[in-house]
Amino acid sequence: MSWFTKTFSSTIGRKIVMSITGLFLCSFLVVHLIGNLQLLASDGGDAFNVYSAFMGTNKVIRFMELILVLGFVFHIYDAIVLTRRNKSARPIDYAEQRPQENSTWSSRNMGLLGTVILVFLIIHLYNFFVPARFGGLDTVSIDNEVYDNLYAEVIYAFSQWWYVLIYVLSMIALAYHLIHGFQSAFQTLGLDHKKYTPFIQKFGYAFSILVCLGFAAIPLYVFFFF
Amino acid sequence: MDLTLRVWRQKDRNAAGALVTYPVKGISPDMSFLEMLDVLNEDLLIRGEEPIAFDHDCREGICGMCSLFINGRAHGPEKGTTTCQLHMRHFKDGDTITIEPWRAAAFPVHKDLVVDRSAFDRIQQAGGYISVNTGGVPDANAIPIPKSVADKAFDAATCIQCGACVAACKNASAMLFVSAKVSQLALLPQGKTERKTRVENMVAQMDKEGFGACTNTGACAAECPVGISLENINMLRSEYILAKATSENL
Ligand code: HEM
Ligand code: SF4
Ligand code: FES
Repeated sequence: MSWFTKTFSSTIGRKIVMSITGLFLCSFLVVHLIGNLQLLASDGGDAFNVYSAFMGTNKVIRFMELILVLGFVFHIYDAIVLTRRNKSARPIDYAEQRPQENSTWSSRNMGLLGTVILVFLIIHLYNFFVPARFGGLDTVSIDNEVYDNLYAEVIYAFSQWWYVLIYVLSMIALAYHLIHGFQSAFQTLGLDHKKYTPFIQKFGYAFSILVCLGFAAIPLYVFFFF
Repeated sequence: MDLTLRVWRQKDRNAAGALVTYPVKGISPDMSFLEMLDVLNEDLLIRGEEPIAFDHDCREGICGMCSLFINGRAHGPEKGTTTCQLHMRHFKDGDTITIEPWRAAAFPVHKDLVVDRSAFDRIQQAGGYISVNTGGVPDANAIPIPKSVADKAFDAATCIQCGACVAACKNASAMLFVSAKVSQLALLPQGKTERKTRVENMVAQMDKEGFGACTNTGACAAECPVGISLENINMLRSEYILAKATSENL
């Protein structure tokens, strides 16, 4: 093995990959949330549809989309490798355990939380990304130009109570994933300092809750007020 | 006090083990947990049964030999305490106490509550030392070390290699132990010469032994009897990243 593969297949190296991809995914969440907030504009969805057409065609965005897919792939791949390794590191479990005395629930259940996010991601891509990218949407004309009406598709999905429920529960899982994950990612990179770590921890906590609340508020708002 | 113990009994490395229930009577609250086990073992000997094997040596909290996962916690319910320093006054008359060995693939059960912790020794041998050349003894005061650095190195050096960090971690990760050993030496001038090769080799050995990866749950530091802090794990990582990026080892 070369030094490079040795580094990134070590337990510390794999966590470095998870940390960098995890933080990159956090930045993607911010962009995605800002885009989604246009759903709430009272313009019949014009701004959102123009925006989603831009996101689907712009070359820079398409390139970033590729990076994003790779980010997810590496994050999930190393999550599976490490979670399996960690399970086999303790083949016989304790008969009695009191882990609540020494660690937080979310820190112990990142794999479970990640799996919930993954299932949501698949449903989410199937409902919105696939028709938006590969066709199947109705069209709408805005300023004499024809656009795919992704807005209508989203509003329709958000009018079903069970879809809203899945969405909100998944955002709760994401929030817990990030409450542990955001600050953990900095530790994984060895970035720890008396001066900055308390700020990173507080920021990560606020970030996790605000971003996930932002995402969850949209389907709830559409369901109850549209 | 009268207690009911559920103790892991296992004949040898290859045998299947099980929890066996033993009543113990007349335990003084001033006894240590190990003394309580001594009382039970004397009873067992008198009855012609095999006494329970458990590790211990100094019985004063400094050697790191004692272990035991007591009621779901490494070294029992008290913070910053080894099992030999855990007193029975922290339990109540009539309690049922479950006693299990450290559980980790890298720490195979040798017999009953005794586990083989030589994986730690092999990690130490991979780099947890400094090579001292012969010659005159240098004047200790000739090497200036800031007080805060000396304190951190000293704190890391208090690790007694007990393995509670591995036992408490849901991933059976040895990061806290390895980080204590790495930062103790990396912080001091004498340890800096070999610092890159040391961290690379010790981490490689840690992975080879089959310990899990760190998820930053913090369970290790919370259960460590001498209070090794998570700061050391982060230092281990920055040492590792620096070494991998800049060492000459391919
Ligand atoms: C938008 C989606 C996601 C974001 C923003 C995200 C973010 C993060 C971050 C920041 C970490 C901390 C990394 C570290 O401790 O160094 C993390 C850890 C983790 N993620 Fe994700 N993640 C996402 C999706 C997923 C998915 C889909 C899975 C699983 C299939 C997953 C599984 C995990 C696991 C298991 C860990 C813990 C790894 C460990 O500490 O051993 N994540 N994630
Ligand atoms: S770090 Fe603490 S818990 Fe781990 S081996 Fe050292 S003294 Fe024991
Ligand atoms: S027997 Fe030495 S530390 Fe407990």
